[in-house]
Amino acid sequence: MAHMHDKDTDGLTAPTAPNPVVQTFLMLWRDKFAFVSVIFLLLVLFSAIFGPMLLEDLATKQNLRGRNAPPFDFSRDWLYWLGADALGRPLLPRIIVAAQNTIFVAAGAVFFSLTIGTVLGLIAGYTSKMWSQIIMRLADIIMSFPSLLLAVIVLFMLDSSVFNLVIVLAITRIPVYLRTARAETLEVRERMFVQAARVMGASGRRIVFRHILPVVFPTLITIATLDFAFVMLAESALSFLGIGIQPPEITWGLMVSQGRPYLTTAWWLSFWPGLAIILTTLSLNLLSHWMRTALDPAQRWRLENVRKKNG
Amino acid sequence: MLNFLGKRAIASGISLVGLVLLVFFLSRLTGDPTGLYLPLDASEESRMQFREIHGLNDPLIVQFFSYMGDLIRFDFGDSIRRSEPAIDVVLRAFAWTLQLGTLTMMLVVSCAIVVGSLAAFHVGGIFDRIATFFSLIGASAPDFWVAIVAIVIFSVTLGWVPTSGTGSVAHWILPIAVLFIRPFGLIVQIVRGSMITALSSAYVKTARAKGIKNRAIIFVHALRNAMLPVITVVGDQAAALLNGAVVVETIFGFPGVGKLMIDSILQRDFTVVMAAIMVTATAIFVMNLLIDILYSILDPRIRY
Repeated sequence: MAHMHDKDTDGLTAPTAPNPVVQTFLMLWRDKFAFVSVIFLLLVLFSAIFGPMLLEDLATKQNLRGRNAPPFDFSRDWLYWLGADALGRPLLPRIIVAAQNTIFVAAGAVFFSLTIGTVLGLIAGYTSKMWSQIIMRLADIIMSFPSLLLAVIVLFMLDSSVFNLVIVLAITRIPVYLRTARAETLEVRERMFVQAARVMGASGRRIVFRHILPVVFPTLITIATLDFAFVMLAESALSFLGIGIQPPEITWGLMVSQGRPYLTTAWWLSFWPGLAIILTTLSLNLLSHWMRTALDPAQRWRLENVRKKNG
Repeated sequence: MLNFLGKRAIASGISLVGLVLLVFFLSRLTGDPTGLYLPLDASEESRMQFREIHGLNDPLIVQFFSYMGDLIRFDFGDSIRRSEPAIDVVLRAFAWTLQLGTLTMMLVVSCAIVVGSLAAFHVGGIFDRIATFFSLIGASAPDFWVAIVAIVIFSVTLGWVPTSGTGSVAHWILPIAVLFIRPFGLIVQIVRGSMITALSSAYVKTARAKGIKNRAIIFVHALRNAMLPVITVVGDQAAALLNGAVVVETIFGFPGVGKLMIDSILQRDFTVVMAAIMVTATAIFVMNLLIDILYSILDPRIRY
């Protein structure tokens, strides 16, 4: 009932509402954590796109006299403020450059698993029982298949490139979207508007993509935001174990692993890239937390402006 | 109920066979173990002999059927690395993982329910904000990074607990603490979310109108209904732990099934890989079944 009620008030206030971009911005502004997260994520995205172009040379320049230089030495160039690694390469630009691989792998894996998983899930939820069974059993197999083994197999058969890592991670994450999309589809397809569309003679494909997908999509996007963080952690863990990205390519997880031997003498080698991972995933989680509230009609008022809350 | 159990067993059986097929053929693609176990200068005869002993000479399809034939008699083959039955190696490691996982999940669930419920009681209150923020940090932390930072602080600098290995109670503290963080952060979020929904429902208002104490409302009336989504996520997290907390086990030198799996994969100890996958898959199947039964206990409306 509460659900219905909120929908009604939404309907009433909709005509006076400002345009959706402003509305979204205001809702974001009301949750300061989410606002800061978005700014941080934009910064990371900027580093990922332009970092290697601007800082590639600096990040790979060795300086053996400055091996394991400690951080917070503000008398030096800003590049060295976070210290330097075992070959004297400055850590700050290295972290900025490594953002590209880290973000690209996660974004690619999330994109592929979201697309494939959603399509399969919609099919499994809407079509005959047999297809549904086949798809669900496939999902079960993927879920119980150890992703480590998959990573090792792909690495042995193909090269250990960024793209192959994307494939490995994408395959392992497909079931998440598949199951969610299927469960939601099973519910949505019984609703009145879907039945109405069917009665009006809409084709199966049209019903699934024009009527069901828009209802299911917000949930999937929220999951994708969370999953982006998960995939980033998974990639870092694989690189940390030595079966992910191989040097001279670089990711944050690999940087943590490279710093591990120097842990007791130079903690900053592992600490900063780890912090970069934690801050990025935290921002994603905060953003996803905000999205869950913003996209839920029953909770949305918490983010909308006070005037409406009183009215 | 029995009908449901039967259907589930068949579905899982199909998945398990598919899994075994895939793993068998795909793992052989990673290469020949001969080079890893014999010295570099081993003669061609000894290499041939090694392959003969471990049945690596036959065509792949013959190997597969002889493996399946043995499997029906519950013979999982011998480990190349340890020269003892693969299943013994796996079960020993699995026992460690099971203890570690059970202890961790019990701690996680009990702490997360209390913290999440209290946070949901005053949405937007100071406790809620602190709990939400820290649980989000927990859910975001890469476990390998937390593990090595924890080792530097608590083992190397302070010297409170050993860095790795097993043997005493102190050895368990760091692995459990590190494994605790992520699931805890996730499950607090879920508990909080579904408690908010439960607390705004009509039966809670009724309970409040009757003058029932807050504590009883949260932990008796609302919690039981809020538990269903929580159990789903707990199941996923527990499954991940049963599969072996590879990274944490590797860093702390914990002889669990995750560490065994990665070692065996890297060393091409195929029989152990297969046995490990079958044992963990079966364990996860049993756990999922228990979860389904738990669903119907918690919510009598659910019938199978």
